[in-house]
Amino acid sequence: MTDKNIAITVKDLHITYRGLKKTSIRASWKNLHSKVELFHALKGVSFEVEKGKILGIIGKNGSGKSTMLRAIAGIFSPDKGKINLHNNTISLLSIGVGFNKKLTGKENIYLSGMLLGFSEEEIKEKEKEIIDFAEIGDFINKPVKTYSSGMYSKLAFAITAILETDITLIDEVLSVGDAHFKEKSYNKMKELISDENRTVVIVSHSLGTIKELCDQVIWLHDGKIKMQGKPEDVLPKYEEFMKS
Amino acid sequence: MKRFINNIKKYFKYAIYSAKAELKSEVADSYLNWLWWIIEPLCFMLIYTFVFGVIFGNQEKYFASFVFIGLTAWDFFNRMITGSVKLIVNNRDVVTKIYIPKYILLLSKSFTYLFKMFISLIIAFILMFFQGVPFTWHFILIIPVFIVLYLICFGIGLLLMHFGVTLNDLSNLTTIGMRMVFYLSGVFYNITKRLKTYPKLSFILLRANPIAFCMNELRKVTIYGNFLSVQGLLIWGLFGLLLCIIGINVIHKNENSYAKVI
Repeated sequence: MTDKNIAITVKDLHITYRGLKKTSIRASWKNLHSKVELFHALKGVSFEVEKGKILGIIGKNGSGKSTMLRAIAGIFSPDKGKINLHNNTISLLSIGVGFNKKLTGKENIYLSGMLLGFSEEEIKEKEKEIIDFAEIGDFINKPVKTYSSGMYSKLAFAITAILETDITLIDEVLSVGDAHFKEKSYNKMKELISDENRTVVIVSHSLGTIKELCDQVIWLHDGKIKMQGKPEDVLPKYEEFMKS
Repeated sequence: MKRFINNIKKYFKYAIYSAKAELKSEVADSYLNWLWWIIEPLCFMLIYTFVFGVIFGNQEKYFASFVFIGLTAWDFFNRMITGSVKLIVNNRDVVTKIYIPKYILLLSKSFTYLFKMFISLIIAFILMFFQGVPFTWHFILIIPVFIVLYLICFGIGLLLMHFGVTLNDLSNLTTIGMRMVFYLSGVFYNITKRLKTYPKLSFILLRANPIAFCMNELRKVTIYGNFLSVQGLLIWGLFGLLLCIIGINVIHKNENSYAKVI
């Protein structure tokens, strides 16, 4: 814990879906005595990520990847175990959080940015950069509902990409917009990711991306770590496993 | 409690910004835009004044003002309660993607309601002026009454917000409950006068129902130029505070599980 270079420490993480289950009043009356169904999404996962490193997480659908990412982002609390972020700021790179479709793009930059924990001044500083990056032209002053879906995701991506946090969590590398923007955003992502002070956790099904970007890979299977190590060691085994 | 204060400090600006954004978006594509905030309460006042003042022949002095003051307080309460039940579910996008203390959502919502109440209050004052209600310094006493009203609404809102996540039909239940409270609160009649023959009942109705109580106090200081009942206000204020503290604790304990459910 005293090691300064560790950015994320996850220890024996358990996450269970239960307890707060959606019910109606009638159903909860009936179920008063029946057992609640439990689903263990994560069963004791431990790992550490060093500062500035890039961790990739792979695994088949339903293996607990996204759950873990959300737990690290603080959206879920662990049922057991600990997550220590060593006082780093964190954000889950996701598209269009807190957007209000009736407001203009510019207003949404502030809305989304403030929700991500940035102050008005910080956003003001980066506003131009975000607008330039999004390349949606005059639409920035028009309501977001008039945007095409491509423009929408371009703006959303620009916001999260340019407002930086110490740790970035990425659920599926985003491919948004047209071919040109796709390349640009991929490059931007690479640039963000390779920043020495940034720690990144990527969840992806695209092994190519993982191979290219990550320093370290965790293979999750049924809520447990099946394998952990360098991409060149883990990926071939994973590919083999998925084929069989 | 410390965590609550820190969170409020951290997210206060967001709450305000988001409230402004919501108000803006509400009127963004209607023709009369912000005029609706004036037209709506005004029309309701006219309806109630006509139905209960003319048809039912209510002899209350300054009846229009009487109704409007009641409606102002009621609308705030009603919006807070009905708004909070589905608040988490309606904000699914935010709740499942980032961490935000959930009461910030309610706080932000409450700002939009406060704003609407403020407009409604200004209209009430204008109306009172036209009806020739005498101005007294007691007017200023609406401030403590509104503080108590806010505390109670926020407290109940927090709890409803929590239970609204898991109980699907809570909103149906609150609809019924609110209708009952509406008719029992004396929005368009004077509880004491109407129940002259049952003084005990009116005594209970006015004291056991915080909204009826607040409404009555508001009318006392504005229309009748009387003084507040300090004792009652203190009791309800403390009760509201207690609700808020319980609510905040419940939310702190459970908020991280909400994302799993919705």
